Amino acid sequence: MKTTTTTRIVGAPVHRKEGVDKLLGRARYVDDIEREGMWFGATVRSTIPRGIIQSVSFDRRIDWSEFVIATAADVPGDNHIQLIVADQPCLADGIVNHCDEPIILLAHLDKHKLREAVDAVRVEYQPLPPVFTIEESEQQKQVVWGKDNLLKSFVLNKGDVDSVWGDAAHIVEGEYRTGAQEHLYIENNGIIAEWSDESGVTVWGSLQCPYYVHKTLIKVFDLPDNKVRVVQTETGGAFGGKEDYPSILASHAALLAKKSGHPVKMVYDRMEDLAATTKRHPSRTRHRTALDKDGKLLAMDIDLATDGGAYSTLSSTVLSRATLHAPGPYSCPNVRVTAKAWATNNVPYGAFRGFGAPQTIFALERHMDEVAAALGMEPVEFRRRNFLHQGDTTATNQLMREPLMMDELLDRALKASDYYAKRARFAAENPNSMVKRGMGIAAFYHGSGFTGSGERILNSLAGVEVTADGVVQVLVSNTEFGQGTNTVLTQIAAEALGIDYDDILMAAADTGLVPNSGPTVASRTVMVVGRLIERAGTQLLNMLREHAGLGATYTREEFFAACERYRKAKGDVVSLVRYEAPPGIHWDDAKYHGEAYPSYAWSVHVAQVAVDTVTYSAEVEEFWAVQEVGRVLNPVLATGQIEGGVAQGIGYALYEKVVLKDGHMANNQMTNYIIPTAEDVPPIHVYFEEIPFSHGGYGAKGIGELPHDGPAPAIVNAIKDATGVSFRQIPLLPEDLLTGLVAHEQAEAPASL
Amino acid sequence: MSTTGRAIHFTINGESRTVQAPPMKRLLDVIREDLHLTGTKEGCGEGECGSCSVRMNGELVNSCLVPAMQAEGAEIQTVEGLAHDGALHRVQQAFLQCGGAQCGICTPGMLMAAVQLIERNPHPSLAEIREGLAGNLCRCTGFMRIFESVLAAATNENIAEPKKVEHAR
Amino acid sequence: MRGDAAAHEMATPGSLAGVLDVLASAPGEWTPIAGGTELMVAFSAGRLSARKLVNLWGIPDLRFIETTPDSFAIGACTTFLDLRAHAELAKALPLIAKASSWIGSVANQSRATVGGNLVNGSPAADSSPALLVYDAEIELISKKGHRRVAYSEFHTGYKSNVMTADELIYAIHVPRRFERHRQYLRKVGTRRAMAISKVALGGTAMLNNGVVDEIRIAAASLAPFPARLYEAERALAGKKISRDTIKAARAALLSEAKPIDDIRSTAEYRKQVGANLLEEFLIELSRGEAA
Repeated sequence: MKTTTTTRIVGAPVHRKEGVDKLLGRARYVDDIEREGMWFGATVRSTIPRGIIQSVSFDRRIDWSEFVIATAADVPGDNHIQLIVADQPCLADGIVNHCDEPIILLAHLDKHKLREAVDAVRVEYQPLPPVFTIEESEQQKQVVWGKDNLLKSFVLNKGDVDSVWGDAAHIVEGEYRTGAQEHLYIENNGIIAEWSDESGVTVWGSLQCPYYVHKTLIKVFDLPDNKVRVVQTETGGAFGGKEDYPSILASHAALLAKKSGHPVKMVYDRMEDLAATTKRHPSRTRHRTALDKDGKLLAMDIDLATDGGAYSTLSSTVLSRATLHAPGPYSCPNVRVTAKAWATNNVPYGAFRGFGAPQTIFALERHMDEVAAALGMEPVEFRRRNFLHQGDTTATNQLMREPLMMDELLDRALKASDYYAKRARFAAENPNSMVKRGMGIAAFYHGSGFTGSGERILNSLAGVEVTADGVVQVLVSNTEFGQGTNTVLTQIAAEALGIDYDDILMAAADTGLVPNSGPTVASRTVMVVGRLIERAGTQLLNMLREHAGLGATYTREEFFAACERYRKAKGDVVSLVRYEAPPGIHWDDAKYHGEAYPSYAWSVHVAQVAVDTVTYSAEVEEFWAVQEVGRVLNPVLATGQIEGGVAQGIGYALYEKVVLKDGHMANNQMTNYIIPTAEDVPPIHVYFEEIPFSHGGYGAKGIGELPHDGPAPAIVNAIKDATGVSFRQIPLLPEDLLTGLVAHEQAEAPASL
Repeated sequence: MSTTGRAIHFTINGESRTVQAPPMKRLLDVIREDLHLTGTKEGCGEGECGSCSVRMNGELVNSCLVPAMQAEGAEIQTVEGLAHDGALHRVQQAFLQCGGAQCGICTPGMLMAAVQLIERNPHPSLAEIREGLAGNLCRCTGFMRIFESVLAAATNENIAEPKKVEHAR
Repeated sequence: MRGDAAAHEMATPGSLAGVLDVLASAPGEWTPIAGGTELMVAFSAGRLSARKLVNLWGIPDLRFIETTPDSFAIGACTTFLDLRAHAELAKALPLIAKASSWIGSVANQSRATVGGNLVNGSPAADSSPALLVYDAEIELISKKGHRRVAYSEFHTGYKSNVMTADELIYAIHVPRRFERHRQYLRKVGTRRAMAISKVALGGTAMLNNGVVDEIRIAAASLAPFPARLYEAERALAGKKISRDTIKAARAALLSEAKPIDDIRSTAEYRKQVGANLLEEFLIELSRGEAA
């Protein structure tokens, strides 16, 4: 296995593999595709958050004979989406548990007929009392899921937290909350489905995980594996929002396709996508922290709760990652995290870049500043005193075997941002300015790949194939949705095989063509699947040397000639490899103990924020992101990932609020769900460090989610630096700043003029 | 006065076309459905995201907000009309080099806005670039690579020879 | 997309006279559509109740900027980009140029019209505070003739105005006499661009030896329609700007403002920020800073 620093293609800023097509407008997203005889589908959804369906009536003003109608009764197999717990119905059957829950599907040849038809279906309910918050769910006055509303719970225990409170020099408490967040991929969810008795179900669509969709469809339609085929189309952004949701939409489109005998396209408009699909889990984290007289951490007692919405979807794994990221990059002998995911009657929450880590890292990094303040220490110095180093153990007792460089990352971030000089300057200027400025930091890690034994369970299979046309295809089920999968995996293949980048293509992400190399989530693709492609390349060279006379060195032409000799002698030129766990990964899921992740990326963020006391709006003026990521395989793409993640993190902190009225998203239009525009994003400075991870593709760790973890706490820490006011909740909108700043002013100067 | 299709004539990417469409059909839908030019995208249907941006009579417009009737006699340019003589437009080449496109869904509209900006203002400042692109939402890039792409296209520095492409106009 | 194009009729007479004929033929039945930046959003959301539309786009008689020594006449279908691009207007009426740059984005500014902005009548309308503090007049036209109305009298309630069912806005007249007044305009939105106003404040003032000789103050989103703040003006007229008069003006604004809580913001925020904007304007006046 190579982690040589001299590589030809890996590490180079090669052009995006599918870039030209995207720039020409030739890339085909699902709504750009038509199939002959295609019909269109639409969904009738619940208008209440919880209740029993009493009747459904179809207004006679519509000629229903033109429509195909599908309900739960039409599901041939299991009417449930297959995820971790199969509790979410494909179509509501007698009961609804959230607003916008799908109940009835309609299909028609003319898509313009559908809107009126949806409005003409009248559902009568017997409403039941809904639950909308973590607190309401905890009280269990209404049980809306299972026996006790509890979707999942964990306890992580290191040492003995309760033994230190008595002797601790300082104890600091705090409660922190984060709101829901919408992915706002610019391409809405969409699927085209076809049914035939010979081939079964075929779906094309905007999705991250073809095999996840496959897993649901075989159960919903009670079909064998080879009678379901899922093909990813060019996908316009995902961020986790197309990890599990497409299984629902695919089931819907396929039901209509089967019943109507026509291909059916279902593409949501923005209003529907915003209202009905998954969002980031809201959270509440309570910290209680004990320190000694020198400001060293003695104990962290963390109580974590998330709102999972009406069905369990991915709440248990989000809770797991949230738990494992809650204690942060600090060395602490006693840690307890008590974590619970609660069911409510909100639209089910799901995967979103970071997957629980942004929530608990917000709480932690805010709390670290509060602790530093309580101790009279500088936030920077407090962190330095407590950082993890090589040889320390984490909260799960994972030994940090690889070198860590949190101090160096912090140094680099402070230098690049001119942190100390700016803080001093702002402290001098702020009293005479209506605009108050401040600097804030956040220090954190992000575990790459699936937790613990997750990768073993996935048991990914991936590889390369050489076709008779002299094209090398990468065979993976991992998908491109902007983050660079196509580019980086083909770079790895080209490097491993010693041929040109342009010789390598990605095979289509089609379950009929490629093996299951696992989902495109959890920042695993380059690290785990990249490594498989690297090994598959090496394996192919070995096969060619053994059976086709390929020399120790060779030209590109000699490589392809050897492939043809191999083909004549042995058949298809295919090299597949299976996942092998790095040695020493032991994870106890019951005790939450051991190697939680095979590797970690480490980062420090610095935010410079201006708070305008005329308008109470906070803006990020400049941002610095420093990270150690193993190996940067493509500097342009990697930088783009960090910048994009930071922009989303800025939105999460200051702009993006999901406004729910009785469980329905009231601001389900782009005009009212606010993300930063080109005029709002600050200059974002990105710096990489590399400590190659020996089990990642060419030394890479995952980076896709890392940058979304830091901006929110860095920004709110900066707001505290600027105004002296501690805010403990995001999103932090100007209306919230007004309340906080005015309250602070009144507390500080009770005697007014 | 008509609700049903009527003939609407315009020039699109240099070609003269006539479509039968109800006057209130959105220009976006005429472009995508009647002309099968699917490069122009729908992201929001509200004129907020700019994915549907095209140039109409030399102005940048959100085609999701233009009724077909108002495109009568217009000269329209879409992303498909940017590449020229078998090569990428300078702005497209800059985006390719600088990583201005990630998932690509905002890219056609972003390119139209960038081309409009540079044609009107050949040497835009960063502030002018930000303003010129403020109506094009991107969720992937954080805009930094896009700004760099537009600056590179404007100054022509560090851009390689535009890539040759098949079937480009 | 929830609109059905086949459910709407569009008349395209192609001339001002033709449009007026259509409006007169069935008063209240035809809705004029200019750049479509409001109506097409409603159409897309399936909320366009207007079944019959009469097309104003492309009628040169409605899209013009005429200058006289005393005033500008701005055709109702003048776009915001037209306003920004008119060098003389941008210089003489800087608040209008500024407000025009607030409208959405370049792609919206090339289509949104000043007439449409006023007829749509949102309390948050971007062009309104500037037009109010410039004493703009609206010229209405119908088959029967023309009439003028002070813009400050144009709106009568939430999304209602003085127009009769057969009338169209023909032009907005803006006097040039404010060129040497001190001027202020600031909008507070949800972000720097593509933002509907949460609150906005405009002001023009003439000071004489530090005493307020003339003052006009107008706001968006502090009332059911864009409106002058007469109580705040009264608190300042004939007075010097001081800590006390600023305090009195703030109090007057807080008392006369009637904002609401809505999806974008709260009444409390709008009031407090409105008062802060007023204070910012007054401080600029007292320092001799406002343009």
